[in-house]
Formats: sequence, structure tokens, C-alpha cells
Amino acid sequence: MTMKVEEKLALNAMKNDSKSHILLDQGICSACKERMCIAVCPAHLYSLNEETGEMVVEYAGCLECGTCMIACVYGSITWDYPGGEFGVQYRYG
Amino acid sequence: MDKIDAIVVGGGLAGLSAAYRLADAGKQVILLERGDAPGSKNVTGGRIYVDPIRSYLPGVIDSAPFERHVVREMITVLDEGSALQFEYGNEKWKKEPFMSHTVLRAKFDSWLADRAGAKGAFIIPRKKVDELLYEDGRVAGIRSGSEEIGAHVVIAADGALSFLAQKAGLRQPHRPENLAVAVKEIYQLDEKTIEERFGLGPGEGVAGLFMGSVTRGLFGGGFLYTNRDTISVGLVVGIDSLIHGAGGFDAPGLMEGFTGRSEVQRWIRGGELREYSAHVISEAGIGAVPKLYTGGMLVAGDAAGFALNLGLTVRGMEFAIASGAMAADTAVLALDGNDLSESSLSRYEKRLRESFVLPDMETFRHSREILDRQRFFTVYPRFMCELFDELFTVGDKPKEGLYRTARRVAKKYVLNMETLKDLLAARKL
Repeated sequence: MTMKVEEKLALNAMKNDSKSHILLDQGICSACKERMCIAVCPAHLYSLNEETGEMVVEYAGCLECGTCMIACVYGSITWDYPGGEFGVQYRYG
Repeated sequence: MDKIDAIVVGGGLAGLSAAYRLADAGKQVILLERGDAPGSKNVTGGRIYVDPIRSYLPGVIDSAPFERHVVREMITVLDEGSALQFEYGNEKWKKEPFMSHTVLRAKFDSWLADRAGAKGAFIIPRKKVDELLYEDGRVAGIRSGSEEIGAHVVIAADGALSFLAQKAGLRQPHRPENLAVAVKEIYQLDEKTIEERFGLGPGEGVAGLFMGSVTRGLFGGGFLYTNRDTISVGLVVGIDSLIHGAGGFDAPGLMEGFTGRSEVQRWIRGGELREYSAHVISEAGIGAVPKLYTGGMLVAGDAAGFALNLGLTVRGMEFAIASGAMAADTAVLALDGNDLSESSLSRYEKRLRESFVLPDMETFRHSREILDRQRFFTVYPRFMCELFDELFTVGDKPKEGLYRTARRVAKKYVLNMETLKDLLAARKL
């Protein structure tokens, strides 16, 4: 009955750019203990790569809400809207 | 640089209203929208109240493609495993003119864009505005990729995140305590099923509000709106609340917990999930409204922080339409007088003060700090649910009198200094 967030994202109309509109400063991320980006992102796009110890963001599913950028008070996240023609296209909204 | 009269950035309600009014006044106006069409990046709860906005788009709003007119308000107070639900309905809401309608923005905004286009506005989709252009210290146009367009006035209607207001130095970077994130799902069900399930006549709709344990004690609440053949259901949570809230709840998990509740399932069951969206909303009231104008530029709608959460009513779209229209009217006068200076455009704020927009934002100046009192999301919902639980429960022991029961439960939760403090604070609401 319950769907995973990845399955929910797959229902959205998306056109993905080849480059990410979200950039992380790994220097800041590596010093961060809270990693609030993981909890606040409604699309669950943030995760920690256990092998490299780096934060990873799967920009392709982004809902363009901007919550991560606002929540990251350390300023690691450089966030811009995807270019025109790209990103989520809401059919209901 | 060659200049057109006006550039509007953003095809939401503020931008489209501005473009409509500018074109209606005979001005050259280009609206740039980064999505495939106006509305395709926009999300609402949502419900729109029409009385405040009718005069700003005369003759337009009454033919708008709304979903359903709201005839009933439904409030659900949830504790873990129990819930108290009450409704308010009024027969007069079933008769025209309707007070409020549910709405889906992809359809509504692209319809309003067609109206603005018919008036002569140029609506250009798939264009993200990157920078403002300046001339003599004043905003004088925009850059989109490698393309520059000059304009006598730029109206920034670029949404709650408004990078343009920030670039123009009109507001500080966003702070987590000033914004909430809304997560929303759209479930498809046929019209008849919706009407039967909610007990509605044709075209009638319900607005639902959920409070209590759905946000696990965090600032926020849930919503539900019936559309024509879909149901919008979602959750709003304060971003700082999510950051500082103990318990490690994440946004998708809260949403899953919310839609999984039987009190929500009863309405959406059998419906097919069609879309999953998210958007931020200003929750800081007038406290987070930026400076609204500078030479050559005006800010309107969500970009100007125009949104109000009063707990029972959440409003934003009316402010967007009204402020967009007033920005346009200010720009028209300024263009006619050939004076786009900051002092000329300051008349925008005067107009907003004379309308409902700034007075409402001012009246409810303290709403966020009052609603942010944690007990509203924890203690009071639990008190209400437990009170009814005790009143309805019949066990094998002799039953206590109703008054004694109520007093005992009240003593446990609300007959204390904290409640008194909350009540005193609530006088400001």
C-alpha cells in the first residue's frame, strides 16, 4: 500500500539537465554533524556515501522547493533553479 | 539599451496578474516563466478566496477554471491512534457567489496566462532569469542565459525563494525560522466517488485541516482539499522545527505517516497517486516582508513574503493577485509620468497599505510566534482526544460523572500556568 518516495518521484513529469543545479561544499559537509539536508528534503535526495564519506545529492528528482538550501545554515549548498526547459513540470500543482 | 515598458519575472498568480493589468493598460509587457508553461512550477494547498481579488481582475475571476466551491470545513485533531473530527458547514456557502474554491495551479495559471496573452502580454516560457541589469544605479532589465532584455521596470514575482529580491538587496538570505516546507500528493478518484464519499452535491467541495500528532509535535499541520476528480492532501512543517525537532523525523517519513493514518486513508483510499510535490511557504508574516521596491523594480506575491497562516485559514493566493495588480498599476503610473525612480515606485507600498494586503499582514503580525507555541501541536490535541476517549469509554468499573472526568483530564493537561500563558499570548492573534 505505502509507496517509497522514489516511486512517488517517478510519477512526476521531469526533464533532467546533464549538470546538477545543486552543488555541495564537501569541506563544509565533512565538518557537519547534523546533516539536516537528509531529513528536510521532501524527495529524500541527500545521503552520505559511507565509502568516501562524502555527501551525495541526487539532483535529478528535485522538486525545486529550496528547503535544503534554507536548512543548511552552514552554507554548504549552492542552489539555483535548473535552467529553463529542465526540472520538474507539475501537471496538477 | 533598447527598453520595453515592463518585464515580469515569474508566471504565478502575482506575475500573471501584473502582466494582465499592464497589458490591459496598453503597456508592452514580457513575462518570463522558467517552466514549460505558467503554472508548471507552482504548487498550492489549495484554496482561493475570491471576494478579496474580484476587483483586481474584473470580469476574469468569475469565469476561472476552479475545481470545487468549498461548502464545508473539516477539522481533525489527531493523537496517536485516536482522533476527534468536527465540521462546520453553512447552507449559504452552497449558493452563488461562492466564497472560496479549491484550485490546481497548473490548470489555473495557464488559463490566467491565456487571459493575459489575449490582452497583449507576451508570455515566454522556458526562460530562467539569471541576473538583473542596472543602468544609472537603477534596475533596467534582466539577463537570461546570454540574452539581455532592457525594461523601464521589472516586476519580480519569482516566488517564495525570490533570488531577484535578494540580488537587488531588498531582502536578506532566507532563514529556517521564517519558512515552512509543504509536501503534497494528488490522488485521482472519479467525480462521483468524491461526491459520495464526502457527501457533496455536484461541484461542491470540502477543505480539511489536520492538527496534532501528524507533525509529531513539530510546528505545522496537514491539509486536504477536494478537487473535481482529484484530492490534494499534504503536510506543512516549519523548516527550523524539522531541524531542531528531536526524534529524527524526516519530511518524507512524516508525509508517509500522515497519509497512512486511517483518518486520511478513509478519504483517499482507492485513489491513484498522480503527483508528489513540494514548495516552501513564508510563515513569518510581515516580519519577513522585504523592502518592496527600488528604482526600476517592484516585488510581488510570495516573493514579497505575502502569505498568512492563521491556523484555521491559510492565505497566499489572494495576496499574490492583489499585490501583482497593484505593482502593475504603480508601474503604469510611473511609466506614464516617465519616472521609475525609487520614490516614484514607493507608491506601491502606499497602495498595499490602502488595500487588505499590508493591513492583514500587520494585524496578524504575531500569528507565527503564537502558533509556534509547541503545546498547540502536542498538549492541546492530546487533551482533546483523551477527554473524548474518557467520555466515550465504557469499562468494567463504575463510571465517574462527566464533570469529574472532564475536570480530571483538564487538570492533567490544561489547568496550569502554561495554558494561561498560551491564552495570554493568544490575545494577540
